[in-house]
Amino acid sequence: MRRMTSVWPRLEPHLARVQKPARYIGCEEGAKAKTPDDSLVSWLFMYPDAYEIGLPNQGLQILYEIVNERSDARADRSYAPWSDLEAIMREEQIPLFSVEHHTPGAEFDAIGFNLSAELTYTNLLNCVDLAGIPIRTADRSIDDPLVMAGGHCTYNPEPLADFLDVVVLGDGEEVVGELTDVLVDWRAHRDESGRTRTDLLRAIARVEGCYVPSLYEPTYADGHFTGLQPLFADAPEIIEKRTIADLGEWPYPKEQLSPLTEVVHDRLNVEVFRGCTRGCRFCQAGMITRPVRERPADQVRHMVAKGLERTGYDEVSLTSLSTADFSGIEPTVKGIMSDAADAGCGPISVSLPSLRVDAFGVDIAAQINGAKRTGLTFAPEAGTWRMRQIINKLIREEDLYEAVDAAFSQGWQRVKLYFLIGLPSETDEDTLGIAELSKNCVAIGRKYTKRASVTASVGGFVPKPFTPFQWFGQNTVEELQRKVNLLRDATRRMHGVNLKWHDPKATLAEGIASRGDRRVGAVIEDVWRNGGTFQEWSENFEVDRWHEAMDRAGLTIEDMVYRHRGEADVLPWEHLSAGLHKDFLWDDWQDALAEVGLPDCRWTPCYDCGACTGYGIEHVVASATPPAGGSQGTGQDLSIGHAVPVQLLERR
Amino acid sequence: MSPPPKIKIRVRFRRDGKIRFISHRDTARLMERAIRKIGLPIAYSEGFSPRPRIAFGLALTVAYESDAEFLDIDLVTPVDCEGLPERLTDALPDGLTVDAAVPLENGSESLQQAIVSCSWLVEVLGSHRAPAEPADDVTTDTAGALGANVDEDIAALVVAVEEAVAAVLAAPELPLERERKGKVTVADVRPAILDLEVTGPTEHGVQLNAVLATETVTLRPAELVRVLGDEFREGRVRRTHQWTRVDGIEQEPVNPSSANRSAELAGMRDS
Ligand code: SF4
Repeated sequence: MRRMTSVWPRLEPHLARVQKPARYIGCEEGAKAKTPDDSLVSWLFMYPDAYEIGLPNQGLQILYEIVNERSDARADRSYAPWSDLEAIMREEQIPLFSVEHHTPGAEFDAIGFNLSAELTYTNLLNCVDLAGIPIRTADRSIDDPLVMAGGHCTYNPEPLADFLDVVVLGDGEEVVGELTDVLVDWRAHRDESGRTRTDLLRAIARVEGCYVPSLYEPTYADGHFTGLQPLFADAPEIIEKRTIADLGEWPYPKEQLSPLTEVVHDRLNVEVFRGCTRGCRFCQAGMITRPVRERPADQVRHMVAKGLERTGYDEVSLTSLSTADFSGIEPTVKGIMSDAADAGCGPISVSLPSLRVDAFGVDIAAQINGAKRTGLTFAPEAGTWRMRQIINKLIREEDLYEAVDAAFSQGWQRVKLYFLIGLPSETDEDTLGIAELSKNCVAIGRKYTKRASVTASVGGFVPKPFTPFQWFGQNTVEELQRKVNLLRDATRRMHGVNLKWHDPKATLAEGIASRGDRRVGAVIEDVWRNGGTFQEWSENFEVDRWHEAMDRAGLTIEDMVYRHRGEADVLPWEHLSAGLHKDFLWDDWQDALAEVGLPDCRWTPCYDCGACTGYGIEHVVASATPPAGGSQGTGQDLSIGHAVPVQLLERR
Repeated sequence: MSPPPKIKIRVRFRRDGKIRFISHRDTARLMERAIRKIGLPIAYSEGFSPRPRIAFGLALTVAYESDAEFLDIDLVTPVDCEGLPERLTDALPDGLTVDAAVPLENGSESLQQAIVSCSWLVEVLGSHRAPAEPADDVTTDTAGALGANVDEDIAALVVAVEEAVAAVLAAPELPLERERKGKVTVADVRPAILDLEVTGPTEHGVQLNAVLATETVTLRPAELVRVLGDEFREGRVRRTHQWTRVDGIEQEPVNPSSANRSAELAGMRDS
């Protein structure tokens, strides 16, 4: 049996000469220091980007706690070492390690990656390689750890199919336990003669939500992907995502990690609901996490009060895809504030990410006006009403202005607005609408302060699997750049409007990985082998690496990224299911093109997208009354809405 | 604007082990969180984004340890300092230990202004050797495996460092080139070396005890090692004291013995 060792004595002497060495020492408050013990099934949960990006990841923290609560398993964490340390590690032959015990990555039974961003894929390969594990599943032996991944990007795992032993779809809370059970059982029998790694993989393929890419073979015709064939009868034809029915049963993380050093989202984070039925058509997160499951409000308050007391943070973020939609958000925020005052916490602030402009009023503005108010962010996403109908983000201009007015009137001086460019059927008028909206918001702010400013942050749209826009051909780099230039020219003389934009070239690379099929694996590997790690960091991103890799793989960007897909096309993720019916997505795509919106099914009748019906669950919301502004902020008549319950229908 | 704060306490703390790799800013954030955890009635700055009113002494370089870090905290109501070091230590991560807390008199100089020099234990390593393998925090037996001639090497290093120290102390001038923001300046740093002696070998190198000035002409431990010669490298470094000068007499901002801790370190400066 392998024993658990530590690289710390070899690592430590080098730490004084790397940037931010606190990335590598662990010691976070809340970290579980379960002693390395080879009799336990061991997991290494890994975020394939720098510590300060990966540490706050709530998904990994949840799994980390759940595994460490078991008596037969333990878990450590790891993050991608920054390039300076990587160079030392390669030179000194120090393998990838966990931050708790500095145990080499190859000594774990399983490595579980979180995949939240396509541009981290090359880092995943780098981390596997640094651990001394063969990067291709086909080359791994029975002694190598299982390399697994979960997270939103796994809804098209094909670009990583050659590198991942197991892909886990959906909520991880339950399935991590089932996988641990399989590993416990495997350890008891793995040394029996004739056992192979494939036996283990086939056992895992029987766990619901687990996709084992090596058990399937792709087919192609005329240079296009035509489907996946299972190699064994017990490999399911369709892999369904996992969904936990009741968030209230999973009050995790119970002890959120508070790091020694600065990280993004450095505050207490409490998830208030999962799923979103606003139905924004570009939004993969909303589509794949349906239905809506709210955490009971008293549990939210309890988790916040306990968390603030335990960590000493002065800021809590109530996280979800659209927190202003949480039933009774205002009393909950008030309750949190009064709990904190009772506990003598000093000033605290509550932040609500992804504020809905239609639900943001002076009341909420006043409530979250606590310890620090750096800036407020709204996401109108598009500049004109026509465009917002197409993407089903049905925010009226007046709603935005009211929200911005509320913010400035409560003392904020900076407001950030998120927009997408490159959306389906976008015209220059739509693009320029972004500048217009921003200008008007500054004018509103100037009523309150001369220093009012608006940052318009513009990202290129990447069509994602399991959204109605999955058929849409992404805008070319040149087209996106032209739109950025339009906006730059338009805002140049707009006092108080700051324009920020994503590099359209990075948007292209994201597009390659987002909807690519298995052949894109060679591209990811090629980019990695040519030094393309940390692709999320603009200083490390070189689009030429991606172009060259596509060429060498014999693939074209035209076909993989820019091409519009048709109804008859076989999409590379059709063997996976996020619960959504393909015909629902197609119909919604057609509605988009016809500029027709779709209301929120929490408060209007179910339109059977499939997310509830297929799993025999429904929305768990505490209130049947839609938030102010209507289900989509349009003031549409919802009088019939909450009277019609979600119906559980037979799967079509 | 805000009225001047009336109630201040000064805290003395240590930094040991793995946590030495955090930055000065990190230390500040951890202190703020610990203060909030134990519910000290801390004062906040006025304005749109109130910040807790705390002030540190001189920043401690990443990777250095220390016996003598200081922190001033402004309070809105007086607190009993009895037991406070223990409560703060419990609220801090492992490796940060509060040794003393005392009320400050009104009008005390800020720490940044008051400190005139620091005492350091500086480990000097030979540049030809593989980096040291410190023995602490080792959870398994992968350390060790050093060659048999280590003792000889270290004995030779002790001699070399002693010679270098003697030369530095005898030098009338010690020009040191520094580069800051692309500009190269040369300064005579000899006046910044207030005291310097070899205390003996460490596991992998030689330890110096140095007192270096932090006002007018200053010198940092890493620069001291450079001044000794190109053949040396900096190993582990620990700040043992920060000194203030009151009426011509040097003393610590808070003596560790002014709280419940024994004064084992207090006499070191006298020798
Ligand atoms: S199945 Fe119906 S109720 Fe559930 S998310 Fe889809 S449309 Fe909404």
